[in-house]
Amino acid sequence: MSAESVSGGPSWTKPRARGVAGADSGAPRIWSLSADAAAGASTLAKATATPGGSARELEAPVGGAGAPGRRRGIRFRGLGLPVYTALALLFLLIPIAYTFVFSFNNSGKLNIAWQGFTLDKWTNVCAAQGVCEAFANSILVGVVATVLATALGTAIAIALVRYRFRARSAISLLLFLPMATPEVVLGAGLAAQFLSLGVNKGLVTIIIAHTMFCISFVVVTVKARVASLDPALEEAGRDLYGSAVAVFWRITFPLLLPGIAAAALLSFALSFDDFIITNFNSGAVDTFPKFIYIAAARGIPAEANVVASAVFILAIVIVVVAQVTRAARAARLARLRG
Amino acid sequence: MAAGTFAEKGADLELVGITKTFPGFTAIRSLDLFIPAGSFFALLGPSGCGKTTTLRLVAGLEEPTAGRIVIGGKDVTSTKPFQRPVNTVFQSYALFPHMSVLENVAFGLRRRGIASPLEKAHEALRLVELDHLAARRPAQLSGGQQQRVALARAVVNRPALLLLDEPLGALDLKLRRQMQLELKDIQTEVGLTFLHVTHDQEEAMTMADTIAVMNRGEIEQMGAPEELYELPRTAFVANFLGQSNLFTGEVVSSTPNALTVAIAGQQLVIPSARAPRRSGTVTVGVRPEKLLLLTAPPAAPSSGVNVLGPGRVIDVSFSGVSTQYTIAVPGIGDVIVFAQNMVFGPVVHVGAEVWVSWNVEHGFGLEDSPAEAAAGVADAASAAGADGDVATSALTTVKA
Ligand SMILES: Nc1ncnc2c1ncn2[C@@H]1O[C@H](COP(=O)(O)OP(=O)(O)O)[C@@H](O)[C@H]1O
Ligand SMILES: [Mg+2]
Repeated sequence: MSAESVSGGPSWTKPRARGVAGADSGAPRIWSLSADAAAGASTLAKATATPGGSARELEAPVGGAGAPGRRRGIRFRGLGLPVYTALALLFLLIPIAYTFVFSFNNSGKLNIAWQGFTLDKWTNVCAAQGVCEAFANSILVGVVATVLATALGTAIAIALVRYRFRARSAISLLLFLPMATPEVVLGAGLAAQFLSLGVNKGLVTIIIAHTMFCISFVVVTVKARVASLDPALEEAGRDLYGSAVAVFWRITFPLLLPGIAAAALLSFALSFDDFIITNFNSGAVDTFPKFIYIAAARGIPAEANVVASAVFILAIVIVVVAQVTRAARAARLARLRG
Repeated sequence: MAAGTFAEKGADLELVGITKTFPGFTAIRSLDLFIPAGSFFALLGPSGCGKTTTLRLVAGLEEPTAGRIVIGGKDVTSTKPFQRPVNTVFQSYALFPHMSVLENVAFGLRRRGIASPLEKAHEALRLVELDHLAARRPAQLSGGQQQRVALARAVVNRPALLLLDEPLGALDLKLRRQMQLELKDIQTEVGLTFLHVTHDQEEAMTMADTIAVMNRGEIEQMGAPEELYELPRTAFVANFLGQSNLFTGEVVSSTPNALTVAIAGQQLVIPSARAPRRSGTVTVGVRPEKLLLLTAPPAAPSSGVNVLGPGRVIDVSFSGVSTQYTIAVPGIGDVIVFAQNMVFGPVVHVGAEVWVSWNVEHGFGLEDSPAEAAAGVADAASAAGADGDVATSALTTVKA
């Protein structure tokens, strides 16, 4: 789910002889900033998606703080760490567990008090008004915005790293603005633009808004990958009778794919999750987060819990599958080498 | 070139007035070069002299600032790399990391739609003895193996012109020697034109039919290895290709047969045919292994022999097959002598008074003016220094 879990696979490219970072004096500074931003985004995604990941992150500080205590009291030593860990996990998991458990609640309109177990909400998700429409809208917006942002962002990233042109550094800088600007400002600003242009708000405006802020994240993620791609590989492709198109699809694209995939996943997660910007630019159309927000005022139906739980489980499955395949591949490589 | 067919044979390459300027730096300066079809041509020069840039221009990966590139009679200056009948073995190999070794080698064949690419790729891998590793990824190979894959990937296309950018640089000495022979075999077998770039003078001399010595973006001298070695025309060539003793002095007499030069009161004679400059201040030289070490002055000055001395031995270094003596000759400077080890141990020791002599026909004169000669010696010294080789020649300028 996180950017890291995708791009962290076996590295394909060797360190470059003629470093792009060296050629482009502005790059390293911007880079560290971008790395932080991407890391921040990915930890956020991970913290909400994988309890395992968050627990691992929490263990280190807990162990460190526990060290002096361990020396003081022998009785405490055996229990301290597990108790802390359990409490931390509990704290993180309670909202998720609550959501999951109450997706089985045999409730009416209000899903607050436990009314007994049922599978009805899972088998009839679309029974509650608006849940499925909102979810479908979110998926549609997420997919279209991801495709657009990934395609455009990848092209921009390649251009920024590989070519020298006027306003190159200005563009580099401007691309950070959507990440740095508060979402409220971004959403309101865009809404004002749509208003003054007389555009009717709806799915299209949501997609435009999401594509806009996703592009920045795609550029940052893919740029890192392009910078580590040895230009000699593409030159070798051209030398070996590859046309520009053949070189892109057979060399550049496959080598950038881990970065592009990470960028796409990140874009989708950001789009699917977004409420503030969407709320400003959606008009009457509901996305899933917006539906929940509005429904919260009068009680969220259990069907919403079903959708949320399903998304959560899907995310976990994806992460587990990715980890297992990566471990299997590493084992196979080790066997080949050994 | 027609898709789906191999080049029948090598093509010749002609560079006409090629200049390449990067922002603020001229890497190649009006270069003219002709490489006949089917030859093994070496471009030899120190690091940074513009060898890689020259290859990139020929491959089409870089556009010349001025000049024309003609391959097999066709002007290709404005064509794209994939349209040129040229393949490159890159200095950094540039193997595709996401493809197997086999797919790497088959890449060019597939792009050109050549029949049964995998079979031909296997064949090329057998040629470099790596067929058993065809399924591996490049990252799972050693440096030397990667280099051989890069070679196979280029050779398999049977390009009319094969460009090799220091292809043996990463190999250890033994494997390098073996690959040199194999490269030479491949070249003779398939009859292609090889343009081989290297900074290793020994490699250039053992492999190439013709060598062009390059310095600072210009070709200093071009010719067969023996010719370059025996009759270097510039101080840079004299010292980059082996070592030389160089002396600068005024011409005192000139006949159709011989030129006499005064060096610090001593007279040296060289054949006129081996001296491009025949008046004024000239630089003449002789290779250290042509010198004879004498412990007494020659009894009678004979006509066919040059003698310098007396001098004092200031350094003796033993290197197996030969011993290198450094002799300080007053007013002239250090003279280096390579003597074969015909007896056990050195013939003279540090501090001994000696004379050196050589046959007149072994001397050579340079085209360089004294200033150019000094610059050339400095360039060659820094190139040798970069290779960890300390010995440089003696060059003395003597006011007449
Ligand atoms: N893209 C470039 N921009 C600026 N200078 C370059 C570029 N490529 C090469 N050079 C310079 O041109 C000179 C020749 O380089 P090169 O051809 O790679 O030398 P070598 O003989 O070692 O292969 C070097 O001084 C190098 O710094
Ligand atoms: Mg080079």
